[in-house]
Amino acid sequence: MNFEAIKAIYRFEMARTFRTPLQSIISPVISTSLYFIVFGAAIGSRITEIEGVSYGAFIVPGLIMLMILTQSVSNGSFGIFFPKFLGTIYELLSAPVSYLEIIIGYVGAAATKSLILGVLVLATAGFFVPLRVDHPVWMLLFLVLTAVTFSLVGFIIGILAKGMEQLQTVPLLIITPLTFLGGTFYSLSVLPPFWHAVSLFNPVVYLISGFRWSFYGIADVNVAVSLGMTIAFLLACLVIVAWIFRTGYRLKA
Amino acid sequence: MQPIISISGLSKTYSPDFVALRHLDLEIRRGEILALLGPNGAGKTTLISIVCGIVNPSSGTVTVDGHDIISDYRAARSMIGLVPQELTTDAFETVWATVSHSRGLFGLRPNPAHIEKVLRDLTLWDKRDSKIMQLSGGMKRRVMIAKALSHEPQILFLDEPTAGVDVELRKDMWAMVRRLRSSGVTIILTTHYIAEAEEMADRIGVIHKGELVLVEEKAELMRKLGSKQLILELPDRLDAIPADLAAYQLSLSGDGTAMTYTYDAQGERTGISALLQDLARSGIQFKDLQTTQSSLEEIFVDLVRDGQ
Repeated sequence: MNFEAIKAIYRFEMARTFRTPLQSIISPVISTSLYFIVFGAAIGSRITEIEGVSYGAFIVPGLIMLMILTQSVSNGSFGIFFPKFLGTIYELLSAPVSYLEIIIGYVGAAATKSLILGVLVLATAGFFVPLRVDHPVWMLLFLVLTAVTFSLVGFIIGILAKGMEQLQTVPLLIITPLTFLGGTFYSLSVLPPFWHAVSLFNPVVYLISGFRWSFYGIADVNVAVSLGMTIAFLLACLVIVAWIFRTGYRLKA
Repeated sequence: MQPIISISGLSKTYSPDFVALRHLDLEIRRGEILALLGPNGAGKTTLISIVCGIVNPSSGTVTVDGHDIISDYRAARSMIGLVPQELTTDAFETVWATVSHSRGLFGLRPNPAHIEKVLRDLTLWDKRDSKIMQLSGGMKRRVMIAKALSHEPQILFLDEPTAGVDVELRKDMWAMVRRLRSSGVTIILTTHYIAEAEEMADRIGVIHKGELVLVEEKAELMRKLGSKQLILELPDRLDAIPADLAAYQLSLSGDGTAMTYTYDAQGERTGISALLQDLARSGIQFKDLQTTQSSLEEIFVDLVRDGQ
């Protein structure tokens, strides 16, 4: 294992984040906090409680997931897309590093950033809505698994993207709708049976449901199923990324 | 001595009508400076890219100090430093950070003393805290060299190192190349400039249309450059060179209608008049004669013309 290389990649990526704190840290925290203010404090008081939880508090886990997902995907994708775009990837390809080490470096850094943001947003949420965490260990587990999985999704997008446009639109067109329709703002139980069934094909449903369960003990699907689906999704991403590196697809001529 | 890089049967096909390398064989000797000459698109960069792991070969094998570049890539790549042709650098990192990063990527522990030496050797020390985007093109080129040297490679690839580089940097670069060589580093450089290859290299290889047309000791090549050929066209087909002309080491063309005599144009005695007398004595007539001088420049220019 080339630990020095993992360290080098990880450090390089983290340095990139802290060079642009406004864009990397402050702006996602502020934009997510706006949801708490609008939906939690302002409108939330007029919406009835969901299974004994105030609406403002109900949406917090979903919003954290929304932010973790979008940030993980964008961090993961930019980290590898830029070297490809600038041509500096030659060095990574000619270095004695395995694909596993490259992934640990890039995805590890992207996931770390997301986790930092997740914790910051959680702390901010506490100012606006009454929070309670019933199962903190599960909460951390879901947070870490989601950050890693979606950083990996981003990493794959970053490798496959042919240009800036694809890099931006894939997350916007796929990740954002999946999150909004994945139960961030509502419980699946309010949906008609047909749409309820359709929603179960959305992987984000399982992340949000499991994450929300760790807060309030309420869930749309059983927490074990949530965990299983999250891990399955992570494994699927690993298989794809292993194939990419083995064949050099979109990386090597 | 075992070659440090051994390339055999290496081919690269990008698409059916774009073959970059055709069954190329090349052995690179430990500690030499090998110059690869060739026109644009000859396959020089593809060759380097395959050895360094950036491009997958279509077929053939490459070993670096006995390590296969695919099955034993870690050992192979650890030995190699690469300075690519394009100026591709990060923008926001400092010189120090980017060069240290390169060392880490190659699995080596931080060694500020070594990084300092590399930066000083390349007159980058004063710029160590500058962001790369603030540097001039020549300075960026130096940064790329520093990155390649950060992990103390045994083999250094310089792809078109002097393209778009001013005289001062070129001199610095050649001084550096000589220093590295005297410390035992093997250096492979590509260039368009024949003069450069002549000045720097121990051996010269010419690549054209994905094939290694020629690879020769520079001294040997220079000797050939100094020699001329006298070609005699014969009216009657000759089956073999008569035994009494053996001393001239003549070569007969495939169809037996021309004879070539190679001689040293700089020599005091070229042996031409003696040869002509001996020919007359043997009763061999000729209908025309011409002399040619093949220079590397000429070979090169011919190749480029063929390519068009």
